[in-house]
Amino acid sequence: MRTATAGYFDWAASTPMRPEAVDAMMPFLTEHFGNPSGAHGAARRAARALDESREIVAQALGAEPGDVVFTAGGTEADNLAIVGSIRSREYRAVCSAIEHHAVLDVVVANGGRVIPVDSSGIIDLEALEAALTPDVAVVSVMLANNEVGTIQPLRRITRLVSKRAPSAVIHTDAVQAVSWVDVADLARHAQLISISAHKFGGPKGVGALVVRRGTRVHPMLLGGGQERERRSGTQNVAGVVAMAAALHITVDEREREVKRVTALRDRLVDTMVATVPGVTETVDRDLKIAGNAHILVAGVENEALLFLLDRAGVCASAASACASGAMDPSHVLAALGVDRAAAFGALRLSLGFGSTDVDVDHLLGVLPGAIAQLRGN
Amino acid sequence: MASVLVGMSGGVDSSVAAALLVEAGHDVVGVTMKLWGGDSDTGCCSVSDVEDARRVAQQLGIDHLVFNFTDDFDRHVVQPYVQAHIDGHTPNPCIECNRHLKFERLSTRAKLLGFDAVATGHHARVVADPSGQLRLARGADPAKDQSYVVHMLDGPGLEHSMFPVGHLHKSDVRAQAVRLGLRTASKPDSQDVCFITRSSGRAAFLGHRIPLRPGRVVDTAGVQVGSVDAIELVTIGQRKGLGLPGGGNPMYTLGVDIASATVTVGSPEELVRSGVVLVQMSWTHAAQEGTVKAQVSAHGVAQAAYARVTGEVVVVEWHVPQRQVAPGQSVVLYDETDTYVLGGGIASSISATPAAISPNT
Repeated sequence: MRTATAGYFDWAASTPMRPEAVDAMMPFLTEHFGNPSGAHGAARRAARALDESREIVAQALGAEPGDVVFTAGGTEADNLAIVGSIRSREYRAVCSAIEHHAVLDVVVANGGRVIPVDSSGIIDLEALEAALTPDVAVVSVMLANNEVGTIQPLRRITRLVSKRAPSAVIHTDAVQAVSWVDVADLARHAQLISISAHKFGGPKGVGALVVRRGTRVHPMLLGGGQERERRSGTQNVAGVVAMAAALHITVDEREREVKRVTALRDRLVDTMVATVPGVTETVDRDLKIAGNAHILVAGVENEALLFLLDRAGVCASAASACASGAMDPSHVLAALGVDRAAAFGALRLSLGFGSTDVDVDHLLGVLPGAIAQLRGN
Repeated sequence: MASVLVGMSGGVDSSVAAALLVEAGHDVVGVTMKLWGGDSDTGCCSVSDVEDARRVAQQLGIDHLVFNFTDDFDRHVVQPYVQAHIDGHTPNPCIECNRHLKFERLSTRAKLLGFDAVATGHHARVVADPSGQLRLARGADPAKDQSYVVHMLDGPGLEHSMFPVGHLHKSDVRAQAVRLGLRTASKPDSQDVCFITRSSGRAAFLGHRIPLRPGRVVDTAGVQVGSVDAIELVTIGQRKGLGLPGGGNPMYTLGVDIASATVTVGSPEELVRSGVVLVQMSWTHAAQEGTVKAQVSAHGVAQAAYARVTGEVVVVEWHVPQRQVAPGQSVVLYDETDTYVLGGGIASSISATPAAISPNT
């Protein structure tokens, strides 16, 4: 039987919803439709679900319930973290060169500083230290990178910031990290943490920003004053409930899943590197999340490779797509020092909670042939 | 039945081309080439054109891809376009785009991906002559014929090229689009160079890339009669924007000397030449000397001439003298019946009088 995710290797882009999350959200799309801000039974049922979800999300991320600001996704959470911090201090933002565009573009648009990374994607701590002037309001470094999977040394970054720019807050985009590392532990010194539900089995269009007590973000959306005036707009109750359900399971099964998926990923990459000439791994596996495989295939253009894989029932990814849907040369690989020609052969294969040995077998059955075809042999 | 990769620009012609291929039972995949990273009004490059192409593909039930060829486009089209202006030539970027992007880059990739053919929405036809040889012919609609811009296709290229709307009149293409309910049915034709926006224009585009220098405008006796802001933007045959006094006889650009930043103007009679020398020739089949019809612009009328092949160079000798062809423009040669493309080349700045060309130089 072919499942919906057979041959699917793009879990970093999006995941199917977990059945438990679907079940959890359904009543709030139908009978429990009330606006949680109201003063009646229907409203109270929605408000209770929202409060319970806030507790679940807070616990999973090592925060207090009052710290959790529900947003319409990871991009909004990232924007709120950066813009909200700058506005409150009229100072500067600093981020790594391999941030998701939802951080990078916001920092650049606000005249911030972008810190280089090494060939593994680890932020250059010396350059960071030099950039930490007293006018820095927020330092944003993602917990795990979306393209190559690198996990950042958040603790060392934290120490540096508290030494050099003690008034700055630390934001971490944990969107790609939630399924694979203990965010509550690794991000415990970050004042701001972004997550996105559809990366771990929740629905699209819902996410959260943790804003630790004592940290202020100026709201971007003004209106009814929801989320303690940090994010106005009627909450997406069904979406939030589903996100909490998905997050609860994700955290619960994480250790098991990391082991299981690591084995799948390792078999995939080891086989490719060992059997297909001209295939190299972009970043050392010890430095990255379990769900990420990223390889460079010499002599092949990934646009063409993705087409052949798609035709063979494999969903993979190369870099982030631009507005037209074309593959843009990756800013992440450029920051790692991968030259432009080699970057055209980049292939990201990301795994998730539904990935199986059957998927890996299928991929290994078609990828070498597709590469050979494009190399003309 | 063949597997066909159809280039979809988001316009009505390529939309209907894709639809006709699907109706003919081919295995069709649509592709939009992202060619230009900067601002654009239209023409294969803007997000709204890509969306139109994607939506049409969805309506037809075929896959739609976007290939990012911006690097190649910059190398083969934009940079030569800029260089041509530095040299005082008048480039035709659409032809270079077809040559290097559609019929080189895209065709090569299509072949690698296992497609039998590449189709586009050009108004041109590939037909077999009585001997069975494939020939490139004008499109059925004389007002929309685009054989001029695809003239560089050679024998092997013709075997793998399809122009599904080439046998239709434009009104029939639009009628087909209406019949199929395609959102591009009433979309206007693109006219301009896709990487130059209407709002800022050619001067702004080039001004960002190269220094534009003012120039003197002189008559054939060397007397200054006007001036231009940018010598690089002046084209042979140009009449307007030369700062000439009103009244008097119309004056045309006869020559552009970039080195001395001088434009020479004269009467229309002085613009006439007995021929034009073509370089960088491509032939659909073998090089062929003889009587031809030669066309010097995308929608010009082909004129009778004798094409003399001299090594790599072709001298086109007009039966009736014609206005000078601006260096850089493409000249396409058709057979005597003005039906089939024989080949084409680029007008050179070599003095266009046949006597100036000796076979030994």
